[in-house]
Amino acid sequence: MSNGPVLDVDHVSVAFAGREVLDDVSFQVQASEFTGLIGSNGVGKTTLLRSVLGLQRIDRGEIRVNGAPLSRHARVLGYVPQKVSLDPDVPVRARDFVALGLDAHRFGFSRRTKDERQLVEQMLMDVDAERFADTRVGSLSGGEQQRILIAHALISQPSLLLLDEPLANLDPKSVEEVVSLLHRVAKDHGVAVLLSAHEMNSLLPVMDRIVYLTNGRAASGTTDEVVRSDVLSTLYGHHVDVLKLHGRVFVVAQPSESDVEIPEHSTLTIE
Amino acid sequence: MFSGFMVNAWEIGTIVAVVGGVVGFFVVLRGAAFPAHAIPNGAFAGAAGANLLGVNPLIGLGVFSLGAALGIGRLTRRGRADAVTALALVMMLALGAAFLSQSTEYEPEIFSLLFGEILGVSRGQIVPVAVLGAVCVLFVGVLYRRLLLTSLAPEIAAAQGLRPELVDTAFLVVIACATTMTVPVVGALLIFTLMIGPPAAARCFTDRAEIAFALSVAFALVTVWVALACSYVSDWPVGFYVSVFSAAWFAAGRGYLAWRRHTSAPSRPWGSSPDV
Repeated sequence: MSNGPVLDVDHVSVAFAGREVLDDVSFQVQASEFTGLIGSNGVGKTTLLRSVLGLQRIDRGEIRVNGAPLSRHARVLGYVPQKVSLDPDVPVRARDFVALGLDAHRFGFSRRTKDERQLVEQMLMDVDAERFADTRVGSLSGGEQQRILIAHALISQPSLLLLDEPLANLDPKSVEEVVSLLHRVAKDHGVAVLLSAHEMNSLLPVMDRIVYLTNGRAASGTTDEVVRSDVLSTLYGHHVDVLKLHGRVFVVAQPSESDVEIPEHSTLTIE
Repeated sequence: MFSGFMVNAWEIGTIVAVVGGVVGFFVVLRGAAFPAHAIPNGAFAGAAGANLLGVNPLIGLGVFSLGAALGIGRLTRRGRADAVTALALVMMLALGAAFLSQSTEYEPEIFSLLFGEILGVSRGQIVPVAVLGAVCVLFVGVLYRRLLLTSLAPEIAAAQGLRPELVDTAFLVVIACATTMTVPVVGALLIFTLMIGPPAAARCFTDRAEIAFALSVAFALVTVWVALACSYVSDWPVGFYVSVFSAAWFAAGRGYLAWRRHTSAPSRPWGSSPDV
């Protein structure tokens, strides 16, 4: 593998029906780094991830994975979508679903080799999923299913793992568990992570880099470089304050420039 | 029971059962029961049209079922799959009604298209049915894992470059292929039951896809064999028995599942635990 970035998003624009969803977005993800793609709902996080996966046509710019232009990344990218809806009685055990990450592209019924079965076993252990490995994948809880999806995505040993809002709809304790699990597994497997979320605080302890997305535009760098009043104000196009409180970060827009009279204590929080 | 015209019936019934079980496994897994219902019923109109033109009904069946499969596959990529499928179905049924109104064909011919005439199958019909059946089984066998992943998680499959929309359309074509070969044998109304009952039952008895797949074929075989025997003895239509036994498999499967859940519920402590 080259020493360059795993992912290079280079001046990418995507428009839907004349509206720019992504407007000249550029950032890089370095090998083995944990990058958070932060922005509120509807700012284009999913569009960006889909573009990287080659599932969304981009109008301008280029996306390179391991230095190669976007085409068929299949095996170098792992992907965990926001939600997979499965019938509870689908006859597929969690371990079988993980194994499909290894050989879904293979033809016929060829038996899995001993090495492959060991790899599945190892992967299940890595995501702490042994105890429900023999349960039908559709009957697992949301959090259990997520571990299986992560194992499925990682087993083909991609160099970059993309996760779309894996922390949405989880209680705070589960958020912490998933974040530390991802951090640990990514380090162990030497895989870079690009994870989208609408809230950055739970990611602060593990994030090497942040890509902050708003209005289709992005700022990227370390958290200290990006989550600053001047940088985010430029990005938003109006003044925002960045407040730090007990190791947590809040981005707050002040409505002071508005002509409308707003009560003093009312602030708009953009998470 | 095992001589004369019944030999043909046993042979063709066996082929149809294998195809129904194989294709049906993925019909159920993909939630494609509605297209699997619409394609054979629409294809019946093709056979009626072929009758009217005086060509082999198999050609009419083939053209209509393939057209339906490609149309449904193409149009469901955007918009509501069920609405598109329903509209395709009623359009073809309307055509069928129009063709029939112009036809001088007498009723038993039409009846046999809808309900099949497995006991009247000739030697010459077996070869084309066997060939089409082999194509279906081969396709599903070769693309087994792709079909599995694109059924379970199309988005993930797409991210791995497996082209789920292409697999979708290809699978609809397989349904069309299975339809074309089986409609003259078991009828448009009843091939559907063979593709749903046994596979839906099979997945209740096992949590492993390969075993469910094999069970689906086994159940379909038993269904057809028993139905043929019952029909021979009682003189009631084969399709009736196929439907009844298919439904019975399913009822048994759900019963088994309910019983299993009831007895094994306490042994799954993590089911109720609040952790991830």
